[in-house]
Amino acid sequence: MSASPSAVALAPPHLFEQVGAVARRSVMRTVRQRGLLVFPLLFPLILFAINGSALGAARKIRGFPPVSYRDFALAVPFIQGALFVAVSTGTDLARDIESGFFDRLALTPLRGSALLAGQLGGSVVVACVQSVVYLAVGVASGVGIASGFGGALVLLVLSILIAFGFAGLGALLALRFGTGEAVQGFFPLLFVTVFLSSSSLPRNLIQISWFHEVATYNPVSYLIEGIRSLIITGWDAQALALGFGFALLLCVLTLGFAGTAMKNRLVRT
Amino acid sequence: MNSSSPAIEVEQLVREFRKGPRAVDGIDLAVSPGEIYGFLGPNGAGKSTTVLMLTTLLPPTSGRARVGGYDILRQGSQVRASIGAALQEAALDAILTGREHLMLQATLQGMPKADRTRRAQNLLERVGLTEAADRRVGGYSGGMKRRLDLALALVHGPRILFLDEPTTGLDLQSRSALWEEVARLAKEEGMTVFLTTQYLEEADALADRVGIIDHGKIVAEGTPTQLKEEIGSPTVEVVPADAGAGDALAERLASFGQLARNGRGAVTVQLPGGESQLAEVVRVLDQAHLKVASLQLHQPSLDDVFLAKTGRKLEGAGEDQDERQP
Amino acid sequence: MRRFVYVAKGVAWRSVHNTLVSPAILLPSLIFPLFFLAAFAGGLSRISDIPNFDYKPGYTAFQFAFVFLQSAAFGGVFTGFAVARDFDSGFARRLLLTAPRRSGIIAGYALGALGRWLITAVVITIAALAAGMNVSGGGIEIVGLIGLGIMMNLGSALWACGVAMFLRTEQAGALIQMPVFIVLFLAPVYVPLRLLTGWVHAVARLNPATATLEAARGLIAGSPTKVALSFALLAGGAVLTALWARRGLASAERAG
Repeated sequence: MSASPSAVALAPPHLFEQVGAVARRSVMRTVRQRGLLVFPLLFPLILFAINGSALGAARKIRGFPPVSYRDFALAVPFIQGALFVAVSTGTDLARDIESGFFDRLALTPLRGSALLAGQLGGSVVVACVQSVVYLAVGVASGVGIASGFGGALVLLVLSILIAFGFAGLGALLALRFGTGEAVQGFFPLLFVTVFLSSSSLPRNLIQISWFHEVATYNPVSYLIEGIRSLIITGWDAQALALGFGFALLLCVLTLGFAGTAMKNRLVRT
Repeated sequence: MNSSSPAIEVEQLVREFRKGPRAVDGIDLAVSPGEIYGFLGPNGAGKSTTVLMLTTLLPPTSGRARVGGYDILRQGSQVRASIGAALQEAALDAILTGREHLMLQATLQGMPKADRTRRAQNLLERVGLTEAADRRVGGYSGGMKRRLDLALALVHGPRILFLDEPTTGLDLQSRSALWEEVARLAKEEGMTVFLTTQYLEEADALADRVGIIDHGKIVAEGTPTQLKEEIGSPTVEVVPADAGAGDALAERLASFGQLARNGRGAVTVQLPGGESQLAEVVRVLDQAHLKVASLQLHQPSLDDVFLAKTGRKLEGAGEDQDERQP
Repeated sequence: MRRFVYVAKGVAWRSVHNTLVSPAILLPSLIFPLFFLAAFAGGLSRISDIPNFDYKPGYTAFQFAFVFLQSAAFGGVFTGFAVARDFDSGFARRLLLTAPRRSGIIAGYALGALGRWLITAVVITIAALAAGMNVSGGGIEIVGLIGLGIMMNLGSALWACGVAMFLRTEQAGALIQMPVFIVLFLAPVYVPLRLLTGWVHAVARLNPATATLEAARGLIAGSPTKVALSFALLAGGAVLTALWARRGLASAERAG
């Protein structure tokens, strides 16, 4: 039997090595629970299929963009998918906290920032898969991407950035409340923010004034419009600037607060 | 830490939670290097809270402690590098395999890449999990999970091991196997073990010294033998074959020591001279031609120690409390 | 019969009581339908400008009918979640051991679902009226509307109970929810059937929920349509889902 290493002689691992180890675990968990990817993939696509057809007559409303409703609606699955990423990131982290695995990690030299960054690694993988699938299904169903192949790549980047920001939100909820139930409890609220936006109609066609106000102040509207502009308009600098701007703001805020929550949760003397 | 200084030193350690009484109320203890220290108490006594503080996962409200020679408040990272801990929950990821757990732990502990695989294999052999190493932990039995938990605590070769109720919920076989490994770690590798338990026989079987904690305070401390001798002598319980011979039996046995009788006609008498007096008891009964249905010798247990110190029996004394910070 | 009734009453009481004392359960069941009403009636109100839309009470009433029935259906779905949770926690086993007439357990869950939904129905109706919903139907029509909701809730609760009892785990949530969701959304949710095009129109024509939704809208508008058909479909659905739930119970009994 080989000699045990002397505990105090081990040098603390490099930050990237820590992030890599945690990220590897996160990705492994995602890959090994492929079944859990099915619902988040299917649900937005089912809604897209139904709404794309059921609201087809909406294009007859005066002022509606000169595209099919399906083209108009394709942006929404990317946001709904991001919500699912938020919930799965949060419930995974909450499970670690509830099971005590978090304490196990706390007993190692693992930095809180590395733990957070690594956990979000799996979320990024899921977001990539989802985004590619949504785009592929949309194109296969006849949606044209007005901004071309380059725009499709930008769309994927924006979608993944949005999902990353929402994953940070999921992590924040898990670290703040420590239970999967609390994370799941926020899901309906997140879902509702998608509805109270320009997800179903362009903002200028929303007739009810309070709804129009809410949709105008709802950052989700700009995330959707950023993605939508690449699909139905082409290169709309303002829409893209707002979309990327709000996505980056979401990332900064959620990851910032999640970092603070991690410090409070990873209590070590 | 030199060989003469304690491996674990605790001085007036206190932990208060926002709502409720003190979970740990000013405890003092010292554990020598290579010793197995059993921390015995009912549910809610403060055992796990003490472990969480000593493993730096929960800051104390007041008091001091040094683990492995390092202050738990000021030198937390050195403490963590010196200790291994298997906490109350096995805390494993059901999706990962046993080997993956060990590799992850080794990476996070900063073990060089070249050593990780060998170390993981080594530990898997040691805890008897080589066959199950590449199976997901979700399919492990309770005993296997506990063994993996122990292996994970040993990855970085700590000198001090904290085990928080390591055999709760395990079957007898798994429990014995774990006891054997813990005893071997202490005896052959000189590991200091701080073991919390609510099982009397576990403390009795494993611990060199036992600290009994109740309501956050240490109520008794010593070797199991010392503690038991402190509270009293063994007793012998005699049940007469003839139910009407109870009085005669009591008369004969009264000379030995304090008597007690129960409704079943049994007579219990203390043996201040120890179990060696048992032969004398038998002789007296034989000389008096008193036939007995049964004769049982009772040694004082740690439960009796707990009863003497707290007025309650240890088994069934615990309230169901979560000892973690709310 | 007497034992069936008191088992059902006991289970139903627990279901309603646990909802009322637990904001985490009560609030989502109230808030979600309200938000759907706000989102659909508020966000999509311009849909009523589409030529041939022609629903006299207006878009709020048009969407209220859907949200009313959707809340009834999802009231049943949430009961299924609760049943699944009971199995996961072991409480269901206690029920199976205790209840002298086990079929009363299913009835109790269904009654509990109804009790919980009636609270939701009152809240969303008040909200819709406060938002200016026009109701042209009279007392009989409103009773008919409530009757549709009750039958929808019953069928959904029995479906959900059956799935939960077959699978006996909270992981069954998606399987409970998805079919109900899809059936509801493959009905004319946003526009009348005649304005649907493509495959959705074809599917909606065959979807039993379409008749129920149109009946509900007709009752609100004071022009009842397909009411008898709807009740017949819902009654048939309730019979089938009751058998399904009974099979689920038998499966749970066999599993022990």
